[in-house]
Amino acid sequence: MTVAAAARRQQLVRALRWALAVGAAAGAVAWIAYKAHGDMPTFVLVTLNGLTLAGLLFVVASGFTLVFGVMRVVNMAHGSFYLLGGYVAFDVMDSTGNFLLSLLAGAGAVAVVGLVVQQLLLRWNQGEELRQALITIALAIILADQMLAHFGATPELLSIPTWLDRGVAIHVYALQYPLFRLSVLGLAVALGILLWLWIAKTRLGMTIRAGVDDRQMVSALGINIQLVFAVAFLVGAALAGLGGGIGVAYSGIAPGEDAKFLLNSLVVVIVGGMGSLGGAATGALLLGLVTSYSQIYLPTNWTNYSILFTFVLMVVVLALRPFGVFGRPA
Amino acid sequence: MLPRVAPYAATAVALVLVPLVVTDYFLTAIAIKTLWLGIAAASLIFLAAYGGMVSLAQTALYGVSAYTVADLVAHHGWSPWPAIVAGIVVTVAAGLGFGLVASRSSGIYFLMISFSYAVIVFYFFLQVPEFGGHEGINDVAVPSLFGDTFAHRERLYYAALVAAAAVYVLIRYVVRTPFGVALQGVRDDTVRMRAVGYHVGLHRMLAFGFAAFVASIAGVFALVYEGRISPGSIDLTRTIDVLTIAVIGGLYRLEGAWIGAVIFVAAENYTRGYTARFETWIGALFLIIVLLSPGGVAGIVGSLARRVFPRAAKDPSAVERA
Repeated sequence: MTVAAAARRQQLVRALRWALAVGAAAGAVAWIAYKAHGDMPTFVLVTLNGLTLAGLLFVVASGFTLVFGVMRVVNMAHGSFYLLGGYVAFDVMDSTGNFLLSLLAGAGAVAVVGLVVQQLLLRWNQGEELRQALITIALAIILADQMLAHFGATPELLSIPTWLDRGVAIHVYALQYPLFRLSVLGLAVALGILLWLWIAKTRLGMTIRAGVDDRQMVSALGINIQLVFAVAFLVGAALAGLGGGIGVAYSGIAPGEDAKFLLNSLVVVIVGGMGSLGGAATGALLLGLVTSYSQIYLPTNWTNYSILFTFVLMVVVLALRPFGVFGRPA
Repeated sequence: MLPRVAPYAATAVALVLVPLVVTDYFLTAIAIKTLWLGIAAASLIFLAAYGGMVSLAQTALYGVSAYTVADLVAHHGWSPWPAIVAGIVVTVAAGLGFGLVASRSSGIYFLMISFSYAVIVFYFFLQVPEFGGHEGINDVAVPSLFGDTFAHRERLYYAALVAAAAVYVLIRYVVRTPFGVALQGVRDDTVRMRAVGYHVGLHRMLAFGFAAFVASIAGVFALVYEGRISPGSIDLTRTIDVLTIAVIGGLYRLEGAWIGAVIFVAAENYTRGYTARFETWIGALFLIIVLLSPGGVAGIVGSLARRVFPRAAKDPSAVERA
């Protein structure tokens, strides 16, 4: 094949990819508009459901993406950390009745577990990405089985504390929306801003960004990169644990939710781009909205296929951006 | 020539004689299960060793094949053989589709994307009512060749043995074809292969399609063996079981697929009575092997052999991979 022909073929393939993606996106928007135009209040509620789900997804996935961005570790036990945080929060809520304390306990317990895992298992395999991923997979098996042994197989759902368990008027179509869900969204936004300030404005954050770009140079400058790694993994694990604490009140937890939230975290960062906070936010928004809309606006006999739209989202994004919306080649 | 062929011939004879010497329980619970789980693990080892793609989607793909066959036979009145052909075709098509989406990524990204497939396929079969929800599809008629799988269990054993041997020979053949050699080039140096003019994505996609074909055979045997298929057979635990088998056997040795499978299946059978926490022990074993020996049990045996017989022939996989 001549060079010109190869170039033409590449152009054609690229055009086809764009056509596919733009077509899919336009089709989705048109379909939702067609289904929603008669019933705007439902549309507002479904959108809010999507946004608040995106909040929960962001809390969990931001920890995953932080760990990957700093250490190049794909933590396949992230979903197990989520589930563990949920169980700890549930138990603490059960014995103390203090919701905020239970969230902190879930996050704190998982942070400790994460730090131990990082120091004992991952620290001396730094740089061996595949081996580290396999180590965390082994950890996911062990944690899932141990949690089944200690917390049982019955699904747990935390009743939302009374001060959060009410509707607030959102002044659109005289609608009410649960305060708890809005708080989840608010917490996610606040966490996102804090994480951004931490990464962009503090000295440690500066070191982290430098470490992402050139680890060897950072340690050559005399900075203790191991400390940076430990802090990043601890914070990443704590975010998963915090997400679990929210999740147990949001939709409940049960064995199997670890796989679900690992899937969610993976899809969020595959779509948004690994290692990028903005990417995690974008991915969480897209996945939250796609999940929410596909549950409501699909034709009735299609509703059972809603999980496929998660796949379609991945296909569309990966067709255009193999490393996600904000991703860069490693 | 003789020394090279001898181990294969001895293994073949031993495997053919297995039904004559073991108990019926061993044949069903260990031998047959080892053979088909080994086929599933072989599809993963093929991708990992020759394509540099550690796939977590192989269990999902054998689920696609088992579900397709079960659905056509139990719900649409197909006879088993056409249904099996259809199941294999559907699985290969799904594999090529997945491969197309993932073909621009490799290494750790590929692991993540393939894992997403696995979980999505699991939820798909769980949620779509056609496939029976949690219950799955039960009482699937098996091809008459196998007869009653309990009365004639040796038939199923020999069928699985033939399939496993065919898969082994086929993979050994494919990696020596120009396609297989180019695939190993893609694994080792993507940039150079692209510069030389190879279509990297196409090779990855076709490799994934071929691995889906191998996995679909495992799926058919899983269905015949169990007589049923349910989401529990393709969930996260099962997905990781196949990965565990491949890692125990050594992720980069084809024989390791069945070595890992027999260790896994035997451990599963004989420890369940002593511990309720079987998964924890399997996870710990998996962890130890990953930490200590990337070559798995086959690698441990190989390095011991090299220590005992330092002048013995070089590692055969090293030649292939050079």
